[in-house]
Amino acid sequence: MNDVPVAVAAMPSAEGTAVARAAAVVGGPPAVRCTGLARRFGRRWAFSRVDLEVAAGARLLIMGANGSGKTTLLKVISTLIPPSLGAVQIFGHDAGADPAAARARLHLLSHSAGLYEDLSGADNLLVLSRLLGRPLVDPVALLARVGLAPRPEPVRTYSAGMRKRLQLAALLLKDPPLTLLDEPFAALDPAGCGAVEALISGLSGTVIVASHQVGRAARLCDHALLMHEGAARWQGPAARAVEAYTALHGIDNADGGG
Amino acid sequence: MATTQSGGLRWEHGLLALGLALLAVGHVQGLFFAPAEAMMGDVGRILYVHVPTAWADMLVYTACFGFAVAALWTGKATYDAAVEASAEVGVLYNALLLFQGSVWARPTWGVFWTWDPRLTTSAVVLVLFLGVLVLRRVIPEPERRLNLSAIAAVLAYVGVPIVYFSVKWWRTLHQPFSSPQTVDGSFITPLRLAAFGMIFLGAGLIGLRWRALRRGLERDLATPDLPAAAPALRLPGEAGGSAAGGAL
Amino acid sequence: MALSPTVILRQIGQILSKDLLIEWRARSRGFALACFALTLLLLFSFAVGADATTLRTHAGAYLWMSIFLSSTLLLAQSMAHEVEAGALDTLVLAPISPAALFFGKALANAGQLVLLAAVALPPVIALFDAPLRESPLRLAAVVVAGCLGVAAPGTLYAALTARLQSRQLLLPLLLFPLLVPCLLASVKATSLLMSGDPMHQVNAWLGLLLAFDLLYWSICGLLFGRVIES
Repeated sequence: MNDVPVAVAAMPSAEGTAVARAAAVVGGPPAVRCTGLARRFGRRWAFSRVDLEVAAGARLLIMGANGSGKTTLLKVISTLIPPSLGAVQIFGHDAGADPAAARARLHLLSHSAGLYEDLSGADNLLVLSRLLGRPLVDPVALLARVGLAPRPEPVRTYSAGMRKRLQLAALLLKDPPLTLLDEPFAALDPAGCGAVEALISGLSGTVIVASHQVGRAARLCDHALLMHEGAARWQGPAARAVEAYTALHGIDNADGGG
Repeated sequence: MATTQSGGLRWEHGLLALGLALLAVGHVQGLFFAPAEAMMGDVGRILYVHVPTAWADMLVYTACFGFAVAALWTGKATYDAAVEASAEVGVLYNALLLFQGSVWARPTWGVFWTWDPRLTTSAVVLVLFLGVLVLRRVIPEPERRLNLSAIAAVLAYVGVPIVYFSVKWWRTLHQPFSSPQTVDGSFITPLRLAAFGMIFLGAGLIGLRWRALRRGLERDLATPDLPAAAPALRLPGEAGGSAAGGAL
Repeated sequence: MALSPTVILRQIGQILSKDLLIEWRARSRGFALACFALTLLLLFSFAVGADATTLRTHAGAYLWMSIFLSSTLLLAQSMAHEVEAGALDTLVLAPISPAALFFGKALANAGQLVLLAAVALPPVIALFDAPLRESPLRLAAVVVAGCLGVAAPGTLYAALTARLQSRQLLLPLLLFPLLVPCLLASVKATSLLMSGDPMHQVNAWLGLLLAFDLLYWSICGLLFGRVIES
């Protein structure tokens, strides 16, 4: 077996950002443990042979080009789709045996907004807060935190950047110990990118970011994992992420927008 | 006729032959030796085809329900193929049944269609299982196809008795319906022969379709070989093996 | 950490109120649906002709046919707003139990269908000159039981077809044959309540409707998890 086990420790980043890292709970289970993880669609493997352990409090960048399998990997880790092979544990809870326990501890910010198009931003947050069992007294304040004005119009009328901000507000509402972000900078203008960056670096707990905008995303993380054609090809400190990405892809496109 | 890879006849061919032989014997008896039905004369002889088809069809649908439950339980391609094969044969027998029913109804009642509870129920069930077959054809992903079509088959089958009772009440509360239930002893032997004939024929047809479908579905649902492990990337200055955790 | 029954009950209420809030916010859609149901009522009377006796005899049939034909649009919409922007994923990760999701959504759909029936009923009585001869409470019971019967398999099949090509065609194709007993019982009971029920047959039909409801609410509740995971 030539699998590539990857261990990410909760260590201070070499390229430390302004926010202090949450220290790993000594002796506690890792936030994410994937063993022999693989997922296929029909005859095609989206990714395979992924062994990954992310300590509680760590920040991991999963980088890779389109089609490298990083979105599917995030969906499998988040329990939205089951793995074809292997198992996922979230803080020690097996996602297959006890999905409710795993799901209660994580949130995925994905390509789709995860919102109701017919509701306003504040309505969406109120609905979600009730479902989470976490009463929200002031949706306007939460909207303000992500830079959104309270608008009565439904989300259907929002721009891509406004949707992304609303997704972030939903994430802040759930405030899970494990946050998974899939291309958080997609469809954002430079100001929006900056705002999202600030919000992500302010998140507490464990964070996993999947992005092909390596330069920008690496600044938010302490470790990095390079996916290529469904395989984990490199892992190391986030400081060398750009170098690894360009070494594999040849051209210097790692810094998209950063 | 015989399949190529291991050559020779298979069990489903035996079932087909047995079924056809029983049907032939049953029909010769029913058409030439049994007495003509008292009220309908020789037209009543369609009974020997119609009633066995109805019995066999209900059995085929029951098998389809069993296969659907097994497919949901195990997720195995062999049951998935059996669901499709039995739904197809069930729909075929069902269509045959409706055709025979209207052929019988025309000289007997003067109309092609009568809202007889059993006939009406079988029309509804035909549409239900046609829906299952249509559903199978519009879902490209094999796992989803297995799950969703098995669920549709379970729901369809569970509805059969309640459809029957509702139609029966609906009719009887309008006008009483009388059906020729009196079966003379001399009718029973050819009926039984033909019924077993239809059942074996149906089992043989299901077997044929099952074998034809199974290989493709097994390939769709089987876990393909994992791609070869990709080598770990090494950056200048990285200690051998440390970066990717001992990929050697 | 299995979700406890009290949590599931609370979640059913939350899903129900969420769906009703969405339909309230998008109430122009509901208004359009009600207009469609009324248009169908008009079409039935044109198709049948202006014979007052025929129209009166079949008033119950027209009412339920217009509810059935409108119901697939309503049911498809209730799953479409879960799927179109990925809200279903947020619900699953909340985490909401699949059973709570099913019962919440099916109750919301049943409630909207009852509302649709309430809107369509006065025009049916006026257009077809079919006054109610029996207690309105019994008619209410028939309407609620009939709408519950449509809502359970309807919600399941709407979820089953929500991500498929040609779902607009598949939903009615799969749903309507299954609803034959529900249609028969609802129409017969409604017609009897409008024309008078000297033989006391309504209760038998109501019993059949309730048996149908019980069967499909329990089976669909069991199978819904498999549908949304697929």
